[in-house]
Amino acid sequence: MNEKRMIEEDQHFEDVIAEESICIQENIVYEKPDTLTDTPFHYCPGCGHGVAHRLIAEVISELNIQEETIGVAPVGCAVFAYNYLNIDMTEAAHGRASAVATGIKRVLPEKYVFTYQGDGDLAAIGTAETLHTCNRGENVLIIFINNATYGMTGGQMAPTTLPNMKSTTSPFGRDIATMGHPLKMTDLVAQLPGTYYVTRQAVHKPGNVRKAKKAIMNGFKYQKENKGTCFIEIVSNCPSNWKMTPRESNKWLEENMIPYYPLGDLKIPNVKEN
Amino acid sequence: MAKVKGDIVIDIEKCKGCELCIEACPQESLETSRQVNQKGYLYIVKIEDNCTGCVNCALVCPEGAITVYRKVDKKKEHVAKITNVTKDINITVNE
Amino acid sequence: MKELRLMKGNEALAEAAIRSGCDAYFGYPITPQSEVLEYLSKEANVRTGMVILQAESEVASINMVYGAAGTGKRIMTSSSSPGISLMQEGISYIACAELPCLLVNVNRGGPGLGTIQPSQGDYFQSVKGGGHGDYKLIVLAPSTVQEMSDFVKLSFELAFKYNNPVMILTDGALGQMMEKVELFEQQERKTNIEPWATVGKPKDRERNIITSLHIQPDKMEEINLKLQAKYREIEKNEIRFEETNCEDAEYLIVAYGLVARICVKAAQLAADKGLKVGVLRPISLFPFPYEKINELAGKVNGILDVEMNAGQMVEDVRLAVNGKVPVEFYGRMGGVVPTPEEILENLEKKLAGGKA
Repeated sequence: MNEKRMIEEDQHFEDVIAEESICIQENIVYEKPDTLTDTPFHYCPGCGHGVAHRLIAEVISELNIQEETIGVAPVGCAVFAYNYLNIDMTEAAHGRASAVATGIKRVLPEKYVFTYQGDGDLAAIGTAETLHTCNRGENVLIIFINNATYGMTGGQMAPTTLPNMKSTTSPFGRDIATMGHPLKMTDLVAQLPGTYYVTRQAVHKPGNVRKAKKAIMNGFKYQKENKGTCFIEIVSNCPSNWKMTPRESNKWLEENMIPYYPLGDLKIPNVKEN
Repeated sequence: MAKVKGDIVIDIEKCKGCELCIEACPQESLETSRQVNQKGYLYIVKIEDNCTGCVNCALVCPEGAITVYRKVDKKKEHVAKITNVTKDINITVNE
Repeated sequence: MKELRLMKGNEALAEAAIRSGCDAYFGYPITPQSEVLEYLSKEANVRTGMVILQAESEVASINMVYGAAGTGKRIMTSSSSPGISLMQEGISYIACAELPCLLVNVNRGGPGLGTIQPSQGDYFQSVKGGGHGDYKLIVLAPSTVQEMSDFVKLSFELAFKYNNPVMILTDGALGQMMEKVELFEQQERKTNIEPWATVGKPKDRERNIITSLHIQPDKMEEINLKLQAKYREIEKNEIRFEETNCEDAEYLIVAYGLVARICVKAAQLAADKGLKVGVLRPISLFPFPYEKINELAGKVNGILDVEMNAGQMVEDVRLAVNGKVPVEFYGRMGGVVPTPEEILENLEKKLAGGKA
């Protein structure tokens, strides 16, 4: 079928349904942003990564900064983030995303640079890079997805796995006496003078999604102020490795994750000294 | 009085049937279908015609599979009414 | 007019980086190469606006190089042996993603924490691929402070010609010693944007992705074949070596870097005794001058390979000679630099049958 004929037929179709359906272009109040590619996500059903990706794409579209944005993907479930975000991206080695972002931002200081990292990547193997990037106050945005597990490798214990929480490498529950405590990276980086905006969000409910989007929007906008690192933790789920349905996982997240990792801003620009 | 009418279109081939939209829908308009899509997921369908276009389902959808439409219909008031004819004639003016 | 200066090898290298129009250096202090970062910290930014960043580790440095090199600019790092070991994962990623950049290894004695004295113990690591997977660096081995300067410019040219990381493999002695160096003129900073670079996606091109991840085996093999084809091309075009008195030599010494200079002295001592000894100095360690060595092997009675290690390049020399003549090895380790006298003594003992 040639292109012209397709358009004509689509038009005809719209004319026919217009009388009954409201599903026409002018009535759209929510659709997938154009900076998200049409590639279907490889994530498991109900996984928060998809929402987080979409919010980043929405913000890039709304700020109209596709041409000025470079993203850094991690190693972990989000290793293929570059398949979904229609922007220039670099895939970093495990844990090194913030060092890679530093390298990019230092030579392209006018661009928007962000990393997207999971808890194993950011809070275990990449702890040094994360802390030093924040401590130097690199003008990048770090988006940290905390789902308390190593998703891609199949549910091993993460640095953020909750006390007594079971994983394949803590099959009897995380024993803090031998396995240590969950690492609250966000609280840690909020203490560093190099960070400018630090917040913890979630994406499991509509209200949280709206707030998380606002946070990501801020995280991008603040880069232009050149005042330091923006750090956004998103407390998320992992239905597959938590061995729950998506709905159960979100309930569990609310009852167990959020009490340990309370949502809200840890550092916002206008409460900084003076 | 303004009447809000909403509707959604779910890309059923992207849908993985996670049901988070069902949980998020205040109108209880959504349900899991009995059909599977090409990937074998039981996708979600709208079963009620009471959607307000609140976008909650799309916000929580991890697949970005939902497009939301909303139309606010302003009920048209009569500007004149002609009586005493064989049949009442109502006259309205299009905006 | 010639610009001549008396400089340390490390300083000459740093000065050359500035003059090459290098855009950024990311590194971490380690003896015996800390002068590179020190010199750049003082000189570079004020002169050309070059970015200098002291990272928290070599691991961070190499990943900063990876990110920055992905923007298509001239990027470099330097370190010494233990630090280069830490960088190997990142180097493998850079090689697979085909990013041009300059890596400098001012080799010190190992293994382990070893010593801060000069060594050539990292030949295998540099030439055979110190990180995981099948990849190659272009490896250049300077033997003078002059070459410490000249090879920086050459490295950036080769890196961008082949979209491949280039390593300058030198040692603690060359890094620390002072010699006369003629500096080249200041080059412009790079302004053109590479078509593959991640600089932000304009509307009219597809997004650029820098990655070394290809889950499908056939795709990953395709990437490997492409890399191998590139390495064959480099082998065809970029072999560099220096011959000293090889034409009518009875014996040949093969040595690289600083050691080659000592071997030239040893050859002079041999000549004084009436023994004709030539010296072949591979300058590019990858690509390696196999053919040249094979050709020379047909003309001499034997070959002595001399290195500051337990015998690494000698394996490549034996591959090149392919049994034509005896190949003997003499080396010192742990930071000990061999003297011309002991080299000659070993040549006589091992090859010339005490002839001279």
